[in-house]
Amino acid sequence: MRLLPEIVLTVFGMIVMVLDAAEERRIEKTLGTVALIGALSALAATFVQAQYPGFAFWNMVQVDSFSVFFHFLVAAVAVVVILTSFEYMAVQQIRAGEYYALILFGAVGMSLMSSAVELVLIFIALEISSIATYVLAGFRRRSATSSESSVKYFLLGSFATAFFLYGVALMFGATGSTSIATIGEVLRSGQIPLLAYAGVALMFVGLGFKVAAAPFHVWTPDVYEGAPSPVVGFMSTAPKAGVFAVLLRIMFEAHAPGRVGLIWVVAALSMTIGNLGALVQDNVKRLLAYSSIAHAGYLLVAFAALPNNGIPAAMFYTASYAAMNVGAFAVVSHFGGDGERYVTLDDYSGLGRRSPLLAAMLTILLLSLIGIPITGGFFAKFYVFSAALQANLVGLVIIGVLNSAVGAYYYLRIIVVMYMREPQQEVPVARIPAGLGFALAVSLVATIYLGVLPGRVLEYASRTATAWGH
Amino acid sequence: MSTALDSSILSLITFVPLAGGILLLLFPRRDRDIRVFALVVTLLDFVLSLHLPVHLARVQAGFQFEINRPWISNPNIHYHMGVDGISAWLVVLTTFLTPLCVVISWKSIHDRVKEFFILLLVMETALIGVFTALDLFLFYFFWEATLIPMALLIGMYGHGRKVYAAIKFFLYTMIASMFMLAGILWLYAKTGTFDFVSVQTAIRSGQVEGFVTAAPWIFLGFFIAFAVKVPLFPFHTWLPDAHVEAPTAGSVLLAGVLLKMGTYGMLRFSLGLFPDQSRSNASWIMVLALIGIIYGALVAMVQPNLKKLIAYSSISHLGFVVLGIFSFTPAGLDGATFVMLAHGVSTGALFMLAGILYERRHTYEIADFGGLATPMPVYATFFLFITLASVGLPLLNGFIGEFLVLSGAFRARALYGVLGATGVIWSACYLLWMYQRVFFGKVTHSVNQSLPDLDGRERAALWPAAIVTLVMGVAPLIWLNAIDPAVQSALTPFTLLAKKAVGR
Repeated sequence: MRLLPEIVLTVFGMIVMVLDAAEERRIEKTLGTVALIGALSALAATFVQAQYPGFAFWNMVQVDSFSVFFHFLVAAVAVVVILTSFEYMAVQQIRAGEYYALILFGAVGMSLMSSAVELVLIFIALEISSIATYVLAGFRRRSATSSESSVKYFLLGSFATAFFLYGVALMFGATGSTSIATIGEVLRSGQIPLLAYAGVALMFVGLGFKVAAAPFHVWTPDVYEGAPSPVVGFMSTAPKAGVFAVLLRIMFEAHAPGRVGLIWVVAALSMTIGNLGALVQDNVKRLLAYSSIAHAGYLLVAFAALPNNGIPAAMFYTASYAAMNVGAFAVVSHFGGDGERYVTLDDYSGLGRRSPLLAAMLTILLLSLIGIPITGGFFAKFYVFSAALQANLVGLVIIGVLNSAVGAYYYLRIIVVMYMREPQQEVPVARIPAGLGFALAVSLVATIYLGVLPGRVLEYASRTATAWGH
Repeated sequence: MSTALDSSILSLITFVPLAGGILLLLFPRRDRDIRVFALVVTLLDFVLSLHLPVHLARVQAGFQFEINRPWISNPNIHYHMGVDGISAWLVVLTTFLTPLCVVISWKSIHDRVKEFFILLLVMETALIGVFTALDLFLFYFFWEATLIPMALLIGMYGHGRKVYAAIKFFLYTMIASMFMLAGILWLYAKTGTFDFVSVQTAIRSGQVEGFVTAAPWIFLGFFIAFAVKVPLFPFHTWLPDAHVEAPTAGSVLLAGVLLKMGTYGMLRFSLGLFPDQSRSNASWIMVLALIGIIYGALVAMVQPNLKKLIAYSSISHLGFVVLGIFSFTPAGLDGATFVMLAHGVSTGALFMLAGILYERRHTYEIADFGGLATPMPVYATFFLFITLASVGLPLLNGFIGEFLVLSGAFRARALYGVLGATGVIWSACYLLWMYQRVFFGKVTHSVNQSLPDLDGRERAALWPAAIVTLVMGVAPLIWLNAIDPAVQSALTPFTLLAKKAVGR
C-alpha cells in the first residue's frame, strides 16, 4: 500500500509498452488515454498511500506527509503533461509509443525519490527518472537540436549522477551508513568528520545539476530549446520536485554540514545568472529555461533558512512553480506548431489579437512567475524570503528581491509583445483542443488557488517540519 | 437600514465590476452588446456606491461599513474593508467616472472592444479596492492590481509611442511600490498583523520593537511609492508620456482616480502610521509640492500639445493636494481631499473633451486648431465651463479646495501659502491662453470649418461632469461635512503633538 502510486504507474507503463508492441495499426490516442488513466489512478493512489504512514521496503521507503505531498505533485504534473502531449504528438507527427510509457516510468522514479530514505535507493530512483528524461528529450527525432539536446543532457547528466554516487560513497565512509536517519543521528551526535563535508558537496553537485542551479546550469538552455515542449514542461517541474525532495531530506533530515554557506552561494549565483541570462533571450523556450534557473535559485534560498519554516516554504515553492511552469510550457507547445517553428518572441507578437484566450492564460501564468499578488508565485516568494529573513539572511533576501525586479522585466516583454505589437508574419494559431484546454485550466486553477488560499497547502507542508522533529 | 447590507456593501461595490468583467468574457463578440453591458454594470456600481455617502454617519470619525474576516492564516491576512468620509467619496468618484469612460469610449474603441471593457471593469475593481482596503496586504494587492490593466489599456489602445509609455508607466510605479512592500513586510514582521487599525494602534502605543530607528526608512519606502503615483516633482516624468499616449478613458481614469491613490496613500498611511516622521519630513515635501505646482504650471504653459498641457496641469494641481496634506491643518486636509475630488471630475472632463477633439481630427496639437467656437459652439461652452472650474473660478469646484489648501498652507508657513497662491495665477494663464488659441479668432485650418458639434452621446458624458462641477462649487458642504470628521481623526496625533509641545 505504501508503494501503491509507484506500482500503479509501473503497471500502466508496462501496459502502454505492451499495447504499443501488440497493436498492428497503432492508435496514439489509445496509448495516451491508457497513460492518462494511469497517471490519474496514481493521483488517486496517493490518497490511499496517505492512509498508511510508516516504513516499507526494508525501511528504505518512508511514507509521511512529505512524500505524499510530492507524490501528489508528480502525478498531477504527469496528468497535465500527458494531456498536453495528445495534441503535440499529433501535430508533430511523432509516433508516440514509448513516449507515454517513459513519462510514467519517469514519474515512478520522481515519486520514489521523495519517499526514499536510503541513499542508494535515492540513487536508483534518480537514475530511473533521469534515463526516462534523457530519452524524452530526444523525441523530436527529425530535429537535430532535439538529438543534440538529448545527447548533451545524457552525457552531462550521467557525469552529474556519478558525482552524486561518489558523494554517497564518501558519506558512507564518514558515517558508516547510507540511511538518512542514521546519518542524521551520527552527524548530530559527535564531531563532524571532514569527509562528510566533501560528501555533501559532491552530492550537491549531482543534485544541483538536476535542478539546474548555477554553476551547474550550463546545459539548461540548450536542452530546453531542443527538447519537445511538453517534455520541457515535464522535466522542468516533476524531476525537480523529486530532487528538491531529496535535497530537503539530505539537508535537513540528515543534518548536512556546511549547508548555509553552500546554499547561499549557489542560490545567489542561480538567481543572478538565471535572470541576467533571460534578459537577452529571444527564444521563448530559452527564456523560460533561464527563468527556471532563476527559480531554482529562489527555491534554494529556502534551504538556507531554518528548518521549521524553510521546509514548508520550499515545498510550497515547488508546488506553485510546478503549477505555473507546466502551464506556461503547455501554451508554448500548443503555439509552437508543426516542428516547433514558432518559438521566438517575434512569433508571439500580436498573439493577444489572434488568440485572446491563450494569451490571457499565458499572461496570468507569467504574472505568477513574476510574483504578482493573488497568484501562487507571490506567496511562494513571500514564504521563501520571509523564512530567509527569520534566519537573518538579509543579504540573500536583498539579492533575491533585486532579482525579482529584473525578472519582472523579461516576463513583461512577452506580455508586451503579445498585446502591444502587431504580428510580423502570418503565424497560424490552431484551436485549443479539449485535452490541452483541460491541462491549462488545471494549472491556472492551481496557480490562482495557491495565490488566493495558500493556507491549507502551507499548513500541510508544515507538518513535515514538525514530523522531522526540529 | 439593514445591517447585512452595510457589512457587504463594500464587497459588492468593489467586486461588481470584476464580476461584470468575467461575464463579459463569455459574451460573443458583438460590440454593441458589450458596450451596453459594460455601461449597465458601471451604472449599477455607481448606484450601489451612492449608498456610502447617503448612509455615512457624519459625526462618527472611525471606519464604517466595515467587514473584517480572516482570509489567510499564515501570513495573517484579513479581508478587512471599511471607509471613512475621505475614502467613501473617492469610491464614489471612481464609480462616477467609469460609466462616463464607457460612454466616451463608445465609438473611439472599435478594435478589440471586448478586451477593452474587460480591462476597464477590472481596473475599476482594483481602484475601488485601493480606497476600501484596510488590510495593508489587501491594499498592496489592489495597488499593484491597478498597474496591469492600466498598462495594457495604454499599450493596446493608445497611440504613438504607446508601448514605450506603457512600459515606462509600469516599471516606474512597480519598482517604487516594491519599497512600500518592503515597509509593509517590516511592519508585519514586527507586529504580526497586516491590519491597518491594529498596526496603527501598536505604533501609537509604542509597542513596536525597533520602530524608532526603522521608521524614517519605512516612511520613505511608503512615501516613494506614493510620490511616484501622485506624481510629486522629481518622480513625474512617466505621467506626460502615459497621458499623451493613453486612450481617452485611460487618461480619464489615470488623472481622475489613479493619481489620487498616491495622495490618498499619503493621507491614510503616511500620516496615519508615521505622524512623527511626516511632521519632520514635511518641510522638504512641501517644497517639492510647491516646485510641482509652479514647475507643472510653467511647463504646461509652453506645451504645444493639448493633452500634455492637461497632464502638466495635473502635476500642478496634485501639488496643491500634497501641500494641503502636509500642512497638518484641518483646512489644509479638507481642502486637499476636496481638490482630489474636484480635480478628478474637472480634469476627467477635460480629458474627455480633448478626446472628443481627437476623434474628429486625430491630433492634439493646439496649433492645428483655432476658432473652433464657430463650428462647435456647444463644445466650446462645455470646454469653457470646465476650464474655468479648473482655473479655480469661485462658485465652481476648483475654487473651494484650492482656497482651503492655501489657507491651511498659510497657517503652516506664510511663504508656502504665497508661493502656492501663484499657482492659481499660473493656471489661469496657461488654461485661458490655451482656450483662446483653440477656440477664438478665425478658423485657421479649413478642415476645422466643418467639424461636427457634440452629438447626444458626447453630451450625455459631459453633462453629469458639468453638473457635478457646479454643485460641488455651490454646495461644497455636502462633501465637506463627510470629509471633515475623517480629517479630524487623521489629525488627532498631530493635535496631541502640538498640545504636548505647548504644554512643555
